[in-house]
Amino acid sequence: MRLTCFALGLGLSLSPAAAFEPEDHLWIEGSSDQVLRILSTADLDVFTPYLMAFHAEHPDLDLDYTVVSSTDLYDEIHSGGVYDVVISSAMDLQFQLANDGLARRHRSPITQNLPDWAQWREVIFAFTTEPAVVLVATEYFDGLEIPQTRQELIAILRDNPERFAGKIGTYDVRDSGLGYLFATQEDRATDAYWRLSEVMGRLQPALYCCSGPMIEDVMSGKLALAYNVLGSYAAERLADQSEGRVQILRMTDFSNVILRTALIPATAPNPTEAGTFIDALLTIALRDGAEDWPLPPLSAATASGSGFGPIRIGPALMVYLDPLNRRTFLSEWENAILEQ
Amino acid sequence: MNDTRRGTGSIGRRLTLYLAIVAALLSLLSWGIVTGFARQAAEKTQDNVLSAAATAIAETLRSEQGEVWLELPYSAFSMLGAISEDRVFYRITANGALLTGYEDLPVSTDPSIRAGEVGFATSAYRGEALRMATVSRRILAGNRPVQVIVTVGQTREGIAEIARDLSRQAGFLSIAFFLIAVVLSFFAARASLRPLNEIAKAVSRRGPSDLRPLRRPAPRELAPLIAALNRFMDRLGQSIRRSEDFIVEAAHRVRTPLATVRVHADLALRNAQSEAERDRLRQMIRAIDESSRSAGQLLDHATVAFRSDDLLKDQISLRDLAKQTVISMTPTASMKDIEIDLEAEALCVEGDAVLLDNALRNILDNAIKYSPEDTTIEMRITAQNGEAHIIVTDQGAGLGDDPPEMLTQRFKRGRNAENIVGSGLGLTIAADVLFAHGGRLELRNKAEGNGVCASLVLPLA
Ligand SMILES: Nc1ncnc2c1ncn2[C@@H]1O[C@H](COP(=O)(O)OP(=O)(O)OP(=O)(O)O)[C@@H](O)[C@H]1O
Ligand SMILES: [Mg+2]
Repeated sequence: MRLTCFALGLGLSLSPAAAFEPEDHLWIEGSSDQVLRILSTADLDVFTPYLMAFHAEHPDLDLDYTVVSSTDLYDEIHSGGVYDVVISSAMDLQFQLANDGLARRHRSPITQNLPDWAQWREVIFAFTTEPAVVLVATEYFDGLEIPQTRQELIAILRDNPERFAGKIGTYDVRDSGLGYLFATQEDRATDAYWRLSEVMGRLQPALYCCSGPMIEDVMSGKLALAYNVLGSYAAERLADQSEGRVQILRMTDFSNVILRTALIPATAPNPTEAGTFIDALLTIALRDGAEDWPLPPLSAATASGSGFGPIRIGPALMVYLDPLNRRTFLSEWENAILEQ
Repeated sequence: MNDTRRGTGSIGRRLTLYLAIVAALLSLLSWGIVTGFARQAAEKTQDNVLSAAATAIAETLRSEQGEVWLELPYSAFSMLGAISEDRVFYRITANGALLTGYEDLPVSTDPSIRAGEVGFATSAYRGEALRMATVSRRILAGNRPVQVIVTVGQTREGIAEIARDLSRQAGFLSIAFFLIAVVLSFFAARASLRPLNEIAKAVSRRGPSDLRPLRRPAPRELAPLIAALNRFMDRLGQSIRRSEDFIVEAAHRVRTPLATVRVHADLALRNAQSEAERDRLRQMIRAIDESSRSAGQLLDHATVAFRSDDLLKDQISLRDLAKQTVISMTPTASMKDIEIDLEAEALCVEGDAVLLDNALRNILDNAIKYSPEDTTIEMRITAQNGEAHIIVTDQGAGLGDDPPEMLTQRFKRGRNAENIVGSGLGLTIAADVLFAHGGRLELRNKAEGNGVCASLVLPLA
């Protein structure tokens, strides 16, 4: 019988379930022995202010903050890792954890204030709305219009291959959970995505694991354009410092808005404290704009700025995580980006 | 009134209570039915969406180079996400081997599921109740037939919550209906008891001697009660009439022999030899007079009772009536040299002349009886405040200390009457007559000087 059977079980497909490698780590000593273990995809330079703020309010708790990639994070929780709070920008993987019953409920006056789209079943809580943006180094666009839509971007890249060859950066969707989420959502939302991928593929694009290095390379002039960068405040600040050399674009035909989400794993040893931590995040998320935090607030305005809501937290997120679908998608992506 | 309130409780309240119990049962029943429907509808909705999702997945099945291939459609999952925030699981097998999804999903391998049909099942999975839809499809991979089974499951919390919400709303609605029904029951009970209350009111409004049958339209259910009441009043009237007849008869029978005895006693007194014998005979005569007076007054009293039952409504000129009465009393008055001075306005009243004459005669009789010789009795007939007043004033010693209300009672006589023949019924008769005519008797000592002022007050015609 010639059947293709992927007896993989969801989750095992993403990466070997070996011990993960933390990208970064922070320990904040509290006055008691109680440790709140947080596993997160948010870099320290972005997230330290949040931790410090929480520590100031709850100085008794030790905070153990570990930064990992979104796929490592998923694997770790899926294989039973013991943490109190899990924070990730890969909404689909967060949803899969919740759907599989690996997260527990949390209810408080603050969670009840959240808009419907910012939570699921009182299990997943969104605390930022972050649009996917395009970063361009203006020096490469001398004599060219800065593109506002994918159509214009396709036209510019196609008409100036010598100028942009090797100067385009984007996520390696095979490695990056967030990149995969962006790509699959774009695939669903606009047919320009595949044409753009093919055009980029012809220009030998540089592939990245994460937003940080991509932004750096645009700043330094190594890249002319980084496609699908998480447009947080950090990126905006960098662009401000560049005196106009770097611009942030939100494609007007369609642009993804992701929600950075937090959940409490079912195995959490300190669920009450974890709830308090999530409430603190949500309080910051629901601020009315006056305060300055590294990550944008939960705002319906950002969420629907270009007429598209944020990616919905729901079972549809599992569709592209299905091994069959993932295999199909990745092979198409490889065909488009890596060939030529 | 109070006695009727006690007893075995109120029919109105009981009726309201029964109606309220019925309303409560109906509310409960309707709540149960609506809740059942709500649950069914919610479950049906979920089944439909699950079935649509499973079918949509099965439709993407295709074979490519001898391999079974499929692509989960985004819409299948997004519609599951649209109906509720429930967890979703799926499993797709080809010839029993897992193609993709959750391997441990408790799929009932029901052989009865035929191609194209959707089977539903509910079972527990990962600690929650799971509703599952399964479709099976046969597909050719190369040249081998492969049976692919697609199962999509969803937890039922959202459904339960929708059903709970609807049930709660139905509950509120039922309670509201119940409360409205109770209020309406109260009014309904009141309305259906109204005829009964009206009959009770009509009966209690009646005068003490009004025993006419009750003639008013009443609901069929009350007809026996009214008939019984009328029969009872009829019997009561008959028995009262019998005893009145008896009194009349008795008075008559006593009076006639008394008259004979009186004649003989008079004769005996005239022929008596000794003073002691005469004295005894005088006492005897006095006793005979008292008895005779009593019998007469008893007769009159019975007549008053009898005639007021069905009072005549003749137009009577008070002046003419008074003149007649004065004329008939003049002989008695002259015996004591008493003059009766009548001044009358022309007033008209409605009623029974015989009774009014009787009343007036008793008042005049008193005035004469309790006045010394050679005095004048004034009689004035005037209209005051829309009423006719017949005011009789004498120059006697007055009522003494006895309160007038007491003197109008039956057989009650004043202390000033000890040596005067009388029965104590005169004022009773007068008061009864006036009462039967809707009037009253006012009795008081004159403000200045001696004597009594008696007013017979009657409504003007
Ligand atoms: N004009 C009056 N002057 C003084 N006392 C009176 C006068 N009218 C009534 N009374 C007192 O009221 C009492 C009751 O009067 P009533 O006419 O009812 O009885 P009676 O005159 O004694 O007997 P009857 O009239 O039946 O022969 C009298 O006994 C008397 O004491
Ligand atoms: Mg008298």
